[in-house]
Amino acid sequence: MRVLVTGASGFLGRAVAARISAAGHEVRTFQRRPSGVAGVEDVHGSITTPADTPYAGLAYAVSGMHAVVHLAAKVSLTGDPAAFEAVNVGGTRTVLQAAADAGVSRFVHVSSPSVAHAGSSIMGSDALPAAPEQARGDYARTKARAELLALAADAPAFSVVAVRPHLVWGPGDTQLIDRIVDRARRGRLPLLGRGAALIDTTYIDNAASAIHAALDAAERVHGQSYVITNGEPRPIAELLAGICGAANVAAPAWRVPASAARAAGSLIEAIWRARPGTDEPPMTRFLAEQLSTAHWFDQRRTRADLAWTPEVSLDEGFARLAAHYRQTP
Amino acid sequence: MGRCQGGRKWFLGPKRSVTEIRATPASRLPRAVPAAATLPSSGLAGLNPEWSSLAEVAESEDAAVTHGWHLLDNGPELDALGVIPVGTILCVHGNPTWSYLWRGLLASATEAATSGAPAWRVIAVDQLDMGFSERTGTFRPLARRVQDLGDLTDALGLAGPVITLGHDWGGVVSLGWAVDHPELLAGVMLLNTAVHQPAGDPIPAPLRLALGRGILGPATVATPAFLATTLALAHPPLSQEVKRGYQAPYLTSARRSGIGGFVADIPVALEHESRPELDRIAESVRKLAVPTLLLWGPRDPIFSDRYLDDLVERMPHARVHRFEGAGHLLAEDADYAAAALLWLGDAVVSSPRDVTAPVEPSETAVSGNRAAWEAAGTHPLWHYLDELQDSDDTALVDMLPAPRTVSWRLLSQRVRQIAAGLVHIGVKPGDRVSLLVPPSADLTAVLYACVRIGAIVVVADAGLGLSGLTRAVRGARPDFVIGAAPGLLAARALGWPGRKISVAGFVAPMARLIGVEHTLAELISLGQARLSAGDGLPPEPAPTDAAAVLFTSGSTGPAKGVVYTHGQLSAVSRALYLQYGVGVGTGLVAGFAPFALLGPALGARSVTPDMDVTAPKTLTASAVAAAVAAIDATVVFLSPAALVNVVATASALTPVDHAALAGVQRFLSAGAPISESLLAQAAALMPEATAHTPYGMTEGLLMADITLEGIRAAAASVAPLTTVPAVAHDGESVPAPPDTATPTANAAGGVCVGRSTATTRIRISALDASGASVGELTEEADVTGEIVVSAPHVKDRYDRLWLTERASRRGAVAGERWHRTGDVGHLDSAGRLWVEGRMPHVIVTADGVVTPVGPEQRIETLPDVFRAAFVGVGPLGTQQQVAVLETVPRARRVHRAPEELAAAVRSMVGTPVAAVLVVPGLPTDIRHNSKIDRGRLSRWATGILSGGRWTKP
Repeated sequence: MRVLVTGASGFLGRAVAARISAAGHEVRTFQRRPSGVAGVEDVHGSITTPADTPYAGLAYAVSGMHAVVHLAAKVSLTGDPAAFEAVNVGGTRTVLQAAADAGVSRFVHVSSPSVAHAGSSIMGSDALPAAPEQARGDYARTKARAELLALAADAPAFSVVAVRPHLVWGPGDTQLIDRIVDRARRGRLPLLGRGAALIDTTYIDNAASAIHAALDAAERVHGQSYVITNGEPRPIAELLAGICGAANVAAPAWRVPASAARAAGSLIEAIWRARPGTDEPPMTRFLAEQLSTAHWFDQRRTRADLAWTPEVSLDEGFARLAAHYRQTP
Repeated sequence: MGRCQGGRKWFLGPKRSVTEIRATPASRLPRAVPAAATLPSSGLAGLNPEWSSLAEVAESEDAAVTHGWHLLDNGPELDALGVIPVGTILCVHGNPTWSYLWRGLLASATEAATSGAPAWRVIAVDQLDMGFSERTGTFRPLARRVQDLGDLTDALGLAGPVITLGHDWGGVVSLGWAVDHPELLAGVMLLNTAVHQPAGDPIPAPLRLALGRGILGPATVATPAFLATTLALAHPPLSQEVKRGYQAPYLTSARRSGIGGFVADIPVALEHESRPELDRIAESVRKLAVPTLLLWGPRDPIFSDRYLDDLVERMPHARVHRFEGAGHLLAEDADYAAAALLWLGDAVVSSPRDVTAPVEPSETAVSGNRAAWEAAGTHPLWHYLDELQDSDDTALVDMLPAPRTVSWRLLSQRVRQIAAGLVHIGVKPGDRVSLLVPPSADLTAVLYACVRIGAIVVVADAGLGLSGLTRAVRGARPDFVIGAAPGLLAARALGWPGRKISVAGFVAPMARLIGVEHTLAELISLGQARLSAGDGLPPEPAPTDAAAVLFTSGSTGPAKGVVYTHGQLSAVSRALYLQYGVGVGTGLVAGFAPFALLGPALGARSVTPDMDVTAPKTLTASAVAAAVAAIDATVVFLSPAALVNVVATASALTPVDHAALAGVQRFLSAGAPISESLLAQAAALMPEATAHTPYGMTEGLLMADITLEGIRAAAASVAPLTTVPAVAHDGESVPAPPDTATPTANAAGGVCVGRSTATTRIRISALDASGASVGELTEEADVTGEIVVSAPHVKDRYDRLWLTERASRRGAVAGERWHRTGDVGHLDSAGRLWVEGRMPHVIVTADGVVTPVGPEQRIETLPDVFRAAFVGVGPLGTQQQVAVLETVPRARRVHRAPEELAAAVRSMVGTPVAAVLVVPGLPTDIRHNSKIDRGRLSRWATGILSGGRWTKP
């Protein structure tokens, strides 16, 4: 099968492109920077370039493909709402159109559990329909609209399946893991509340294998959304301790009440909107909610439909992370 | 409208116009204004607008007079589904509700039909002047209403079979329809209602108040007070949107005229206009032979249990379920719709005629009794009281306050005297007598006197706590209460029903204060006089007659009354004989009430040790030794709580005490699980004795038994848990030697409770992936499932808990009496039973079911752990496993287990554990302080682990 992977320079995109390529498929990638994945053909360009632009990279990239795995997105806690809209909604629309025009038959849309999350605890529920009007923040809202667009494009000769990996982490992750470790090293990582909220996460290899499984299963399960996790929820404090332990830094030892963190998050978000900083803000309301309420999912339908089970357990993941930090301190 | 029943016409004679009213309070109501029927307002919660329709119906006496009805009907929905209904449920609401009351049944019936179950058409009417039906401008007494309903069903062309369903005053109207339509009637269902108000018995206070002069109109019509009061009776309270549903047709005083009319139509006085019709219905229901279901909410200030008693007396074949905790608005408080559809499936669809015969056994001749006893291989409970009535051998010894010896002769005589005395004061066979007497010679004598005359003894344990005991005693509705001072004071203070008899004498003012009618001494002399006059005792009860109602501990939900027949209680005695050799001449120390009371039935002599029975922890080792010495006891029965203190006070034993204890042959700890070490310590005090601990429950005493040696052998048979073999150098796992890593026969873990007792069979109903025990009953080894037992001494039934009773017999073999214990476990290849927990505590993960006891036992082998509870959080089917620990030393506050402890727990358990929490103390049941309340822990852990408030469990 010839497969186009968009957003393959990101942490997850790279792993997905490598996995699918290793499985014997012919992989092409499409993003602004080199993907760094061996054995794949990189095509550079942006999904925000209108599809009808002459010589647009996307049209070239998708031509001759049997399948598309669409990961390219703007992932951030804050930022210009118009940019989220342009990349996540407009970009998805553009990729869908280009894929359909090129006669692609399978489309795996990589989404996020936050598209159906209204801010309260999630304890063992399956994927609910994406709900942009309830979503928290620009990222979740635009990703929700993107998923609805993708599923609306599902058609007999165009099998669309949406997968929502939850909190993907692993060695080499600059988004989540490095930030946690960096903060903890500087003593600036608090626990929100008692750190007891059960959170399920996805080890990078499991996220990649699940997306690969969705690609294989697309014609069988098209039109559906699936949450992807390790299926091993743990109290958030244990997860942070596991990550910090792997990086050999002290685990968070001080607490911030969850309500205070949520309030501070709202305030900081407002300030960041007025005077955007160079880094991500230290706390947002969305992040405070994510870190102080339970987030774990019913994985039965995912595993049965995709004929997939996670290969790497949480503890094995921590061991691999520790090995990574030992090699690259 | 040609159909007409002869029995009714005389009453609705032409001379009695319904508007011609005298002697009813209706004349005190404001003049009602006519208004046409309408469809309900839109958007009422739970009400499908497609159910609503209007019908214009002529009165049968005068076709020119027509009335508009609003009714709910799922018939069109069933038509659309293309299913043919098996029958129609005709629902009649009471006052001040409307057909909205039955919305749940309409929805459930359609849903059941959609899923392929038998389809029931549900028609729920709004009575005239009520709901959205016509405001007729006339007062409609009971007879008129019964006629109105008949006119409506005629107009609808309703064909059989019809099941009526009524609530409150609608119950009476529905019964009126039922007795008038035998050709259509196939069954009767009722929710809290009444058909009879005994003359001279006051009507319920709330109604008395509403009927008060100057109150009726303002309370029921001018203001929504009566409506609001009724809606406030729901447990838990109704949501605002449901309240709005009930209020919708009654928003103005003009719309509420019917509410006042209904209250005014309550036949308070004998001369009330509706009295004859009420009496006609009340008497006619006695002749109803159709299946009947009574669903009841006991927390009803209006239709209390006494009205249920009256209905049961009129319809003894009725199935009854009391929903503990529910009240007058049962339809809102409990899932009556599921119960109704379940019952319809059993009683009407599957076997339309099998429940018509009365359930209560009819009187059997004495000779028939003898044959029945012989067939069962048992004797009546009073057998040895007759056989040994001339013996001066010791029957009983009371150690408290001073040793008192009672011979068989005296015991037999006392029992006969008390029995005669009870008959004299009016105790009849089948009457219920609540015994609030501590274990003693008095209790024994009273108990045997009651059972001899066929009265049913009600035994509830003080361990239930006062509120639990109150619920239990009220639910058991005793006709008489025989008690010592504390029990009678409680009975008085808490308003328990029943005439009071005291075992002790009271000074007259005190006796009046606590409402004591007789003392035991009076009963004895009354009985003696009666016997001397040549009046013998009544015929002996039959083996199939009810003998006792025992209450469950309440540690697994509200206490349930469990009915035993004479035959079944005798079978308990026989099981004690077969298992422990307790029989004629055996000396028995009776430290555990249910078994100990059966000593006289076995011809054994028993001794009650010196202890405060309400606090078993007060029993000392010396007191046990003294009791043993008093009757040369060879068998000792104790409760685990008592045993703890006996072991703790062993140092006070004298050489003489030790010598006495050395004569004990068997010793039994019964009532709750016990640790091997405690049993071993107790056994050390009785060196010649075999130590036993039985497995059983109130519904089935003595189902299995294990000795201390058996416990040790079972422990040895379980190979130590080994972890998954390490990965070998070449990356492949090394096959483990079979003696260490193969899952052992008892990999599921659990507490071994031994083999089934002589007359008991134990089978397992395997759990499916969702944790439901749906498997065919099997004796196959290593199948984990619900433990199901059968024995001649298993309970007869639950008392007025039809749903519970039905569930407890689900999947039973036809013709055999099986009881589902609610415990989960497995049998091993040696035929031993292992208990793995309670059914509701089974954890259902995405990878299958996990029972709690095995993981708990493995966690408890960790040196830092004193006690562990293993619970699930999250939805069934995808639950996460959580360990909650009590540590050594005890934690001062709730916290997450430190990393090393959590890792140790995870490695012991083997399956994924989401979280490990440490608490200062695990919640346990009040009665035994040993059964961990896993349900509560699960709810608590769910809160903590969702990021909720950090509380103690």
